[in-house]
Amino acid sequence: MSQATSNAFEMRAMVKNFGGVRALKSVDLAVAFGEIHALLGENGAGKSTILKILQGVYRPTSGTIVVGGKEVSGLTPRLASELGIGMIFQEMSLVPTLTVAQNIFLLREPTNALGLISDRQMVAKAREIFATMGVDIDPRAEVSALSAGQQQLTEIAKALSQDVSVLILDEPTSALTASEVEILFQLLDKLRAQGRAIVYVSHRMDEIFRIAARATVLRDGNKIATRPLADYTLETLIADIMGKATRDMSDLIADSAATSDVVLKLRGVGVEGRPGSVDLDLHAGEVLGLAGLMGAGRSRIARTLFGLQPGAVGEIEINGATVSIRSPSDAMAHGIALVPEDRRRQGLVLEHSVEDNIALPVLGAVSGRIMVHGKRRAKLADETIAKMTIKTDSRKSPANALSGGNQQKIVIGKWLAALPEILIMDEPTAGIDIGSKTEIIQLVRALAAAGKSVIFISSELAELLAVSDRIAVMKNGSVTETVSRHDLHVDPEEVDTLTGSAFQRAEQRLQLLIQKGAA
Amino acid sequence: MAHTDTRQGGFDLVSWFKSSWRQNIIYFGFVAVFVFFAITLHDRGFTDPLNLLNIFRQSAIIAVMAVAMTLVLSSGEIDLSVGAVAGLASVTTALAIASGGLVMGVAVGLLTGVAVGVINGFLSTKLAIPTFLTTLAMMGIATGAAMWISDTRAVPVLNQSFAGFFGGGTPFGIPSLLLWMIFAGILGHVTLRHTRFGRQVLSVGGNAVASRYSGVNTARIKMGVLVISSTTAALAGMLYAGRLQSGRFQLGEGDELSVIAAAVLGGTSLFGGRGTVIGSIVGALMIGVINNGLILMSLEYSQQLIARGAIIILAVAISQAGRKQD
Repeated sequence: MSQATSNAFEMRAMVKNFGGVRALKSVDLAVAFGEIHALLGENGAGKSTILKILQGVYRPTSGTIVVGGKEVSGLTPRLASELGIGMIFQEMSLVPTLTVAQNIFLLREPTNALGLISDRQMVAKAREIFATMGVDIDPRAEVSALSAGQQQLTEIAKALSQDVSVLILDEPTSALTASEVEILFQLLDKLRAQGRAIVYVSHRMDEIFRIAARATVLRDGNKIATRPLADYTLETLIADIMGKATRDMSDLIADSAATSDVVLKLRGVGVEGRPGSVDLDLHAGEVLGLAGLMGAGRSRIARTLFGLQPGAVGEIEINGATVSIRSPSDAMAHGIALVPEDRRRQGLVLEHSVEDNIALPVLGAVSGRIMVHGKRRAKLADETIAKMTIKTDSRKSPANALSGGNQQKIVIGKWLAALPEILIMDEPTAGIDIGSKTEIIQLVRALAAAGKSVIFISSELAELLAVSDRIAVMKNGSVTETVSRHDLHVDPEEVDTLTGSAFQRAEQRLQLLIQKGAA
Repeated sequence: MAHTDTRQGGFDLVSWFKSSWRQNIIYFGFVAVFVFFAITLHDRGFTDPLNLLNIFRQSAIIAVMAVAMTLVLSSGEIDLSVGAVAGLASVTTALAIASGGLVMGVAVGLLTGVAVGVINGFLSTKLAIPTFLTTLAMMGIATGAAMWISDTRAVPVLNQSFAGFFGGGTPFGIPSLLLWMIFAGILGHVTLRHTRFGRQVLSVGGNAVASRYSGVNTARIKMGVLVISSTTAALAGMLYAGRLQSGRFQLGEGDELSVIAAAVLGGTSLFGGRGTVIGSIVGALMIGVINNGLILMSLEYSQQLIARGAIIILAVAISQAGRKQD
C-alpha cells in the first residue's frame, strides 16, 4: 500500500432513487489511500445512502464505482468485503455472549489439521491484531464484559482481520468516553499512516477538524463541496452543511408565556460514574429546549426526572420543595410526565388498542376502587383521539396499525390525559411527518400558554428554535450555555459570516454553540 | 385496517368473522370436536347427560387452574409449579383437617398457595430470576415437601362437609366442581378484563418497558399474578382432596402442561399481552372432550396419547396461522 496519493475508491455521478424520491442526485466521492476523509451532512442528506452503495447493500440507479483503479459493476456486500471495504457500524454488530476472538473470526474461524476450530490459533491471531493496533484487550474476554469503547475497538479489529483497505466509521465516538476517543484517534492515525483510506462520519465538528484532512459535504442528496478542512472555519463548514435550505419554522414561533415562577429546580443533577452535573430552572409557562449532540446527557436528565435513571444523584425541587423521585409513579404524583425517546419500545404497547394505550397511565382516573369504567375509558379515548387529531379507524384499532406520527400523538395524548404540570418530551418528532411535527409544536406552545412547563429535547435545531422560550446547550453531562431564543435572533456587533434569513442565522448560531460547548 | 366496516348500526357477520375468527377459533374448534364425537359416538353414550357431566367434572380442576394461568401468561410470565403446588396443598389441607378441623384445613391449604406464590414472586422480582426457572425449581421443592410431610402416603380426609364443599358434593343437583369452575371463570374474567390490575397485567405482558414508562409497578404485577396462580393451584389441590377424600403428593402431577395447553388453546399468548379466561376454560373443556371421546372410541392408551397430541398441535397451528408476519 504505497500509493499514498492514488484513490482507494472513486464514486462518480452516483444517483439513487427510492420510488419517486431522489436520495442522491449525482454525487461524487473519492477518498485517497492514506487519507481520513470526513463525510458530512444533516440527517437525510444522503450519507448513509452513499455508504450503503459503497458496501453493496444498495444498488445505485446510475453512476460508476472504481475501487483500487478498477471499475466495479454489480457490487454486492460480499464483493465489497473481498475488495477490502469494511464498515464499523453505529449499532455494534458483535455477539455479546461470544468472546472477543470468537467475534473477530466469526464464520472465518481458523482450523487445525482435523478441521476443528482452533481456539488457541484464534486467540493468538487476535492478540497479534490488537498488538499492531496498540490496544490492550483480552481476546478471551466475553464481549458483554467490555466497555462500549472496547467493543468499538473490537469491531475495528474484526475489520482489520479481513485486511481492509477502506474503513468506514459511522458516528464511532457517540458512546465513548474522552479517553476512549483518544485511543480511537491514535489508532485511526496509525491506520492512515499504514496507507488505508478512512471514511469518517460524525456530527462532532471538533473531531472532524482534529482528525480529517478533507471533507465532502452533502445536503439534500447533492454534493455541496469537497475541500481540505484547512480551507474551512467552523462557521463556514456549518453554513455549508446546513445551507439555506432548512425549513424556516419562524411562522410557528409564538409569544412567550413564561413567568418568573420557578416550577422545577435542578441542582447538581447527574449520574454516578458519568461526567457532568446539571443546574437548571424551569419556569411556569415556559418551554425549555435541551440541545446537544448524541450522548451529551439530555435523555439522562429526562430519565432522572421520571425516576428511571439508575444511579441518579443531585437535588430536585418542585415548587420550592425538595422531592425524591424514585419511580415513574413518584414522578407522576409530582405532576411530571415523560414522552420517551423510543415510542415503539418505551411509549406504546403496540399490539394493544389505541384506547388501552391512552388509558394506561390514567387507569385510576377511569376506574372506581377496583373496576375500570368501560364508558369513562371510551370517552377519554375518544376525547384524546379528537383533541390530538389521531387518524385511526376507531379507538379499538391496534396501535401498530397507525402511522408513526399518529402513534406519537397517542403517546403525547396519553400523557396529556394525565394532566401534567411539567411535561418532558424526548425527541418527540423523530421519524414523523412534517404535518404531525407542526401540530406537536403548536400543541406544546398551547400548553405553555395554559401555564404548563415543558422540557423539549430535540436534535432538530429549527424545531428547537420554533418551540422553545429558552434553550440549554448540553455537553458531557453538563449545561454549557443557556440562551433565550430572542438572543439567538439578535445579530452580534462583530461582522457575521452567517447567511440566510434571521431564523436560519439563529439556527446556525445555535449549531455553533452546540459544537463549541461554550459561547 | 384492510376490511374496515364504515356502515353504522348494522352487524356485519362476514367482516366480524374475517377479523376475529382467529381469536375465536377455540369456540369453533370446540363445537366441531363436540359434533364430531356426538355423531360418531352416538351409540356409545357420548351425549348421555351423565357422560357430559363426567366430562365437566374431569375438566373442572384443570379449568380452575387455567383461569389463573391465563393471568400469568398474559403478563408474559409462566408458572410451572401449579401441579406440584396442588399436590402439596392437598396434603397440607388433609393434615390440617385431621389436627384442627375444617376451618384450619381450608386456611392452611390456601396459605400454602400464598406462601409458594410469594416465594416465586420474590425470587422473580427481587433476584430477577426468570419465572420459568423459579417455578421449575419450585415444582420439585413442592413435590418433595409434600412427599416428606406425608411420608409419601395418602392422608385421608374424613370431614364430610369439606368433601362436600370442595369437589365431592352436588348442591342443587349441580356438582360443586362445576360451580367452582364457573366461580373461578367469572372472577378471572372480570379481573382480567375489567379491573385496573387486569389491564396492567395485559400491558406488562404486551410491553414491560412501555408499561414501566407509563407508571405501572411491573414488579408488583408479577408478584400479583404469581400469588394468584399458586393460591388457585392450592384451591385446585383442595378440590382434588375433597373429590378423592384424601391428600396425596401425586395429585396434580403433570397438570401444569394440561393447564398451559388449555390456556394457549383458548387463545392466550405464551409471550404475553393477550389472554382470554373464557377461552382457557373452553380450552380445558375441549381437552376433556377429546380425552373422553378417545376413551369411548376404545382406543388404547398409547393411541389416545398420540391422537390427543395431534389434535392439540392442529388446533394451535390453525390459531397461529397468519400471525407470523407480526
